Amino acid sequence: MEQRALEHGYGVEERLQSGECALEVSGLTVTYGEKPALVGVAAQIPSGSMTAIIGPNGAGKSTLLKAALGVVPKSSGTVRVFGEALSRQMHRLAYVPQRASVDWDFPTRVIDVVLMGMYRELGLLRPVRRWHREKALACLQRVDMADFASRQIGQLSGGQQQRVFLARALAQSADLYLLDEPFAGVDAATERAIIDVLKSLQAERRTVVCVHHDLTTVPDYFDRVLFINVRKVAEGSIATTFTAENLQKTYGGRLATTHIDQLRTAV
Amino acid sequence: MWNAFLEALLLNAGYNASLVAVGAALLGAAAGSSGTFLFLRKRSLVSDALAHSTLPGICLAFMLMVAFGGSGRSLIGLLLGSAFSAGLGALVVHWLSSRTRLPEDAAIGVVLSTFFGFGVVLLTIIQTMRSGYQAGLEGFLLGSTAGMLYEDALLIAVGGALAVLFIILFRRPLTLASFNPEFAATIGVRVRTTDIAMMLLAMAVTVIGLKVVGLVLIVALLVIPPVSARFWTDRVEIVALLAGAFGALAGYLGAALSASAPSMPTGPIIVLVGTSIFIVSFLFAPRRGLLAGLLRRRQAVEALKAEQFISSR
Repeated sequence: MEQRALEHGYGVEERLQSGECALEVSGLTVTYGEKPALVGVAAQIPSGSMTAIIGPNGAGKSTLLKAALGVVPKSSGTVRVFGEALSRQMHRLAYVPQRASVDWDFPTRVIDVVLMGMYRELGLLRPVRRWHREKALACLQRVDMADFASRQIGQLSGGQQQRVFLARALAQSADLYLLDEPFAGVDAATERAIIDVLKSLQAERRTVVCVHHDLTTVPDYFDRVLFINVRKVAEGSIATTFTAENLQKTYGGRLATTHIDQLRTAV
Repeated sequence: MWNAFLEALLLNAGYNASLVAVGAALLGAAAGSSGTFLFLRKRSLVSDALAHSTLPGICLAFMLMVAFGGSGRSLIGLLLGSAFSAGLGALVVHWLSSRTRLPEDAAIGVVLSTFFGFGVVLLTIIQTMRSGYQAGLEGFLLGSTAGMLYEDALLIAVGGALAVLFIILFRRPLTLASFNPEFAATIGVRVRTTDIAMMLLAMAVTVIGLKVVGLVLIVALLVIPPVSARFWTDRVEIVALLAGAFGALAGYLGAALSASAPSMPTGPIIVLVGTSIFIVSFLFAPRRGLLAGLLRRRQAVEALKAEQFISSR
């Protein structure tokens, strides 16, 4: 226990300086058709940090995650994961896509979705054994969904769907978790449950990156922030970077100054 | 008629009818289980474009074989031609929907009608040719099992078995790519390869089914069994299994029915039997069926009324 506390006390900024970078992108440009989604974005996510990606709609936040994962092709730029090429470290990444990106009437049960997270272990034909199920159940337990294991996924509420997606990511036993708006459209109880799990991941020295929309909770939930609006605006710790100036630069005139002041007092 | 049907059902209606029934059942099993993943990936209609695109290939293969001095009737030759033009059709659909602003359904409509129209023109030309007079190519439109050979049935059996084997081997990547392609890509599934394999599978089933069901209706055999199976279960593997069983049943019963009456087209009868399975599933499936839904709603309303009655006293 003390050992872990000591390890955790080892500051994120120090680790960044010591070069321990969970995710590093540079010169990342992605275009959909003629329209640029991201232009020349560089970012360094230190290992063990909890980072919010912030920006207005259409700023390329989801695209940044997908390009970092290689799900969408990049026009130029490099992605390095734990200091190596993405393809060599892919198994250490877990991705939680937006809840709305799948058809929830798909004929599958909650536990089967979580087992999908173990595809690397199971491969094409290895049978699902008892320990696989037990691991999947433990992941569901962690998001408080174990009672729903044999439910059809179409019967879940939005918050429950999000928790199942998180459980699937937990089943991957990854070191870097990339989540696309995990708090979108979920109730307060689910939001609490999810943030508790994410914090516990950070306590295990894993790295968490979330596309996030609710500016009021940023200082509570995260220790770092990355502002983007097609280009990178700023990145750094909450204390130094979550400033009125950066918010104004990211959102343009759309964010009232009084609103920003409220956010600052929350810090 | 009834006796003839029973005979055909029990494989007593003669060698040819039995061959057709067994062949149709195998084809139905392959089509039903392959169609499951197309249905879940919401790409069922692409297979219709594939099927209609086979016609020019069949005609051109016939012309080519005749030009080289053959009779033009070799089934393998015709099927190779059909596979070639179906592949071309699929590529055009893919190109149109990924490189232009055309949505996939419009691309399907364009390809389907263009290829089919071109095919019908070629077919007409062939029928005016002396050697084409009795080519019997129009049998590929709606299926014709008269004169089906042992080799033809063998082709269907082997093709069907390979398709089913493929699905069993690749059920996990197929499921992952259908449910959540973006996630699948991050966990080591080659989504593009899987999609292409899914299309090739649909193409293979279409091509081997041309002779029995015909290109106009083969899509029904890929779509109706999985849609019916979906009513009975909430698990992918069981949907695929049931769809295979429903497809086999439709193929077998349909072939037996069409064998029991003179000049009944096999394809349409098989499709109608499939439709009956769909209607039964849609009405009577225990949880997702129409009646079960009505019953549940009524029970809920009754329960609510009872509650209100108690609390009002």
